[in-house]
Amino acid sequence: MANEQDLQYTADHEWVDADGDVVTVGITGYAAAQLGDIVYVDLPKVGDEVEAGQVIGELESTKSVGELFCPVSGTVTAVNADVAASPEVVNSDPLGAGWLLKVQVTGLPDLLDKAAYDALTGAA
Amino acid sequence: MTDLATRRALADDAFRRRHIGTTVDTQERMLDAVGVGSTDELMARAVPAAIQLADDAPSTLPPAATERQAIAELRALAAKNTVRTSMIGLGYSGTITPAVIQRNVLENPSWYTAYTPYQPEISQGRLEALLNFQTMVADLTGLTTANASMLDESTAVVEGMLLARRASRARTARFVVDADTLPQTRAVLAGRAEAVGIELVEADLAGAGLPEGDLFGVLVQYPGASGRVWDPSAVIADAKERGGLAVVAADLLAMTLLTPPGELGADVAVGSSQRFGVPMAMGGPHAGFMAVRAGLERQLPGRLVGVSKDADGQPAYRLSLQAREQHIRREKATSNICTAQVLLAVMASMYAVYHGPAGLRWIAERVHASAADAAHRLRRRGATVRHAEFFDSIEVEVADAAATVEQARAQGVWVRFVDRTTVALAFDEVTAAGGVDVVSLLGLGDAALVDVEQPEWRYAHDDGSGWSALAPGAVRSFPQQLRRTSGFLSHPVFNTFHSETGMMRYLKYLADLDYALDRGMIPLGSCTMKLNAATEMAAVTWPEFADLHPFAPAEDVAGSLELIGELEGWLADLTGYDSVSLQPNAGSQGELAGLLAIRGYHRANGDEDRTVCLIPSSAHGTNAASAVLAGLKVVVVACDELGNVDLADLRAKVAAHADRLAALMITYPSTHGVYEHEVRAVTDAVHAAGGQVYIDGANLNALVGRARFGDFGGDVSHLNLHKTFCIPHGGGGPGVGPVAAKAHLAPHLPSHPFAQEAPAGVRGPGRFGGTPVSAAPFGSPGILPISWAYVRMMGADGLRDATDAAVLAANYVAARLAGAYPVLYRGDDGLVAHECILDLRPMTESTGVTVDDVAKRLVDYGFHAPTMSFPVPGTLMVEPTESEDLGEIDRFVEAMLAIRGEAERVGAGEWPADDNPLRNAPHTARAVTDTVWPHAYSREVAAYPFEDAIRGEARLRAVRGKYWPPVRRIDQAYGDRNLVCACPPPGAFE
Repeated sequence: MANEQDLQYTADHEWVDADGDVVTVGITGYAAAQLGDIVYVDLPKVGDEVEAGQVIGELESTKSVGELFCPVSGTVTAVNADVAASPEVVNSDPLGAGWLLKVQVTGLPDLLDKAAYDALTGAA
Repeated sequence: MTDLATRRALADDAFRRRHIGTTVDTQERMLDAVGVGSTDELMARAVPAAIQLADDAPSTLPPAATERQAIAELRALAAKNTVRTSMIGLGYSGTITPAVIQRNVLENPSWYTAYTPYQPEISQGRLEALLNFQTMVADLTGLTTANASMLDESTAVVEGMLLARRASRARTARFVVDADTLPQTRAVLAGRAEAVGIELVEADLAGAGLPEGDLFGVLVQYPGASGRVWDPSAVIADAKERGGLAVVAADLLAMTLLTPPGELGADVAVGSSQRFGVPMAMGGPHAGFMAVRAGLERQLPGRLVGVSKDADGQPAYRLSLQAREQHIRREKATSNICTAQVLLAVMASMYAVYHGPAGLRWIAERVHASAADAAHRLRRRGATVRHAEFFDSIEVEVADAAATVEQARAQGVWVRFVDRTTVALAFDEVTAAGGVDVVSLLGLGDAALVDVEQPEWRYAHDDGSGWSALAPGAVRSFPQQLRRTSGFLSHPVFNTFHSETGMMRYLKYLADLDYALDRGMIPLGSCTMKLNAATEMAAVTWPEFADLHPFAPAEDVAGSLELIGELEGWLADLTGYDSVSLQPNAGSQGELAGLLAIRGYHRANGDEDRTVCLIPSSAHGTNAASAVLAGLKVVVVACDELGNVDLADLRAKVAAHADRLAALMITYPSTHGVYEHEVRAVTDAVHAAGGQVYIDGANLNALVGRARFGDFGGDVSHLNLHKTFCIPHGGGGPGVGPVAAKAHLAPHLPSHPFAQEAPAGVRGPGRFGGTPVSAAPFGSPGILPISWAYVRMMGADGLRDATDAAVLAANYVAARLAGAYPVLYRGDDGLVAHECILDLRPMTESTGVTVDDVAKRLVDYGFHAPTMSFPVPGTLMVEPTESEDLGEIDRFVEAMLAIRGEAERVGAGEWPADDNPLRNAPHTARAVTDTVWPHAYSREVAAYPFEDAIRGEARLRAVRGKYWPPVRRIDQAYGDRNLVCACPPPGAFE
């Protein structure tokens, strides 16, 4: 699991682990808790071109559906097959085993740091 | 109230005394609690003055009839119908409803007064019946997963088309339709496709195969509307090769003999289960169906029952994948279908349970043999039978088809006019039992015998008496390669209950698992679970209404046309509109019809750019889903902190889209259960910009007799006869969602290619020009006598009294519970309308007890929970309706107060947060009698919380009526992650 202090965040509750050209994307524990028991995750395919701000997938819980906004622009290089098979991992380990996709970035917009994201969710 | 009216209202035989649960005395006590002097004062203060109907407003409704009088009038209407033997076919077949199913399901309030199984712990009986239905459809169609039913065959085909477009990888708007598709389906498809930009291509698939070009899907009717049976597997393969999906509209009975769609390569199968024991009823209600191959489950519209497990790990049924539904996804929903046809799906599934696979096959053999025998006899008389290969329908060439149809009618048989020189004869379970001599029916009795090839099949006892003597199984008048070789309905449930005793007990067992209105109050906000009176239900099964084909000649359905016309007139009067169409089979379909009327109106005026539909954020999600399907673009209008439409935001959005504004959709009273004060300002703003106002009539029961949509700015509305006008919910359908409109929109209300016209001098149904939205001209006429009887027996005064009593009950609940649970939204003078939203979030914050905990704990107290987390998460919406008496309302109030007390004990740490009677609710008999009881509270508290919570007469009622849920709390997530939508093996329960 990544150190949450080192991650960057969006106002749509995604996190980004920017380590080199390929970044890892997931949703925050706050978002997973808000959705409740996640039962289905719809992700883009490897090779898809994605743009920051674009809806690239959905996370469905028993009661709600959350859209997955892509925090960065680039090409999808990997998607987490484990969360497709066991969506509950997004609830139990959102920053670790519950990561969603990896993107070879062409553009990394300004994102929030941990303090700014906490201020947004009222967790600070 | 005049003295005469008072006397009439209180007369012993006045129906309103039976329908309205509260009396003059108890209403006085309730008024005291609310703090108003009379119901008139209550309504004058709650309903904004600007929209109130004048006390002396004229009404065209006749004075209230007694129950006896209403039945006599219905008998007179029924006598104007003439039931003949139907050979019309086209998706509607004569069928024999097993008496055990009619009495124990269709006529049993335990089945017909239940609600949609949103609370699965108290709905296991009908969930099992629906799982049987899904298993039956999946088995018979040869596909993996079926849903819990569709509204009818034609709309199921539309949903199949929309599914194909979503799931196809082909980037084209073309959908190919078999020319031999049912004509009513083609009519419905045409309008629905046009609204969402789909291009339909009609093709003779049997003769010429797929046309050239791109396509996202193809529809095959199997067997065809003409009766023809052909092998569509090559067409299906071709379509799939081009990236399209294959949708097959199939006849369920034929599937017992023919290779099913799934084995022919189909992706989707749709159709109707009507001929499985559900009367034709002039078009409905019936359960349509849809099944899909593996991989398309998540694309299924409507309700889907699945298997999960309860807190003890036992298998338990529930609705699956609910987040797909439009109340969550709104304008992104894949369909606007919310209702199923549960009562009818239960009947059809029980028909299969009762007959079993061998019995169904035997019925199909007889039907097929009847058609084959008829074809042979007619050929021997020199007639030309058009297709050599068929299941149950044949087309015969005649000299003058119109004359032949009339001759047959004179002999008591409806045959179908195909074209000037062709008639069609469709056989079914009824005609297969004998009694129709096709040779004399077609006037060929004197025709010379000609030599025709003797068929391969033999008569078992060739005494010349007819096809009833045929040896079943010997006849095959369809392609040999299409003979079904796979088994079906092998699950024990379809092979056990074949005696009437067994069937009766199975139905009783399932009914006893469920909580319906025959047990107690169902205070579901926005659902209006009022009385469905026995007298209202009486006519539903009368053969004069039940045994009519929807396309029967007008003269033979004159009584029904009169009833429909009368009901349309009364509904128009009550809502302030000019015209009503009863065709839509659900509220969602009424919405769609109303929005299509608005679209049609703008286009007729050359305003093709008017495509923006404003919808407040508080609206039911179906509004947005319907708007998209009507080809409109949704723009959301904000609500203020009081829950009302934000006028400033509305004006800004109207200004921003002025030239493109098509409509505003609002619900009145609002989905928050409040009479919004500024509704006139809202409707005026939209009209000033050239938009039309759609008022969702879901909450009409709070207005009848007090205000009319048409008077305060509505141009069009849908009504829910299954809410305001007493059609029972049936456990999740049938519904009837009429659309009512002002004169300028009326030309665009639904039409139908086979709509009958009433005889001269009778006010029959209105005739309109818009696209049809249902398979049958008048939707579901079989249940319209219910609403007709309700209005007839209440009269204008009684209907107004019902409204007042409903609003009083909601305000009484709000007044009594506000101290324990804050009432989230209120209107003028702090009053609510017919329902109130109780805010549980402060309690959850302070005690950790959730909405789910309270809802499930109410089961232990003997109640169906109120509506959970709609329209606001973390709340309960309570709608007592006018039919509950004060004793029952008080029992509910006391239960809610007692639960609040229990929550306090959790909050105070007296009970652990994860082991208390709320978190562990509901408690089964098995759980509280277990040897081991490791909990921090007693067994008595678990199962009989009434002991110290409920007092007085309510206590007696509650203890006598103890309801035991059959399962503990169900794990919703497990069921969605591990989707199983067919009957689990019996071993799963051991």
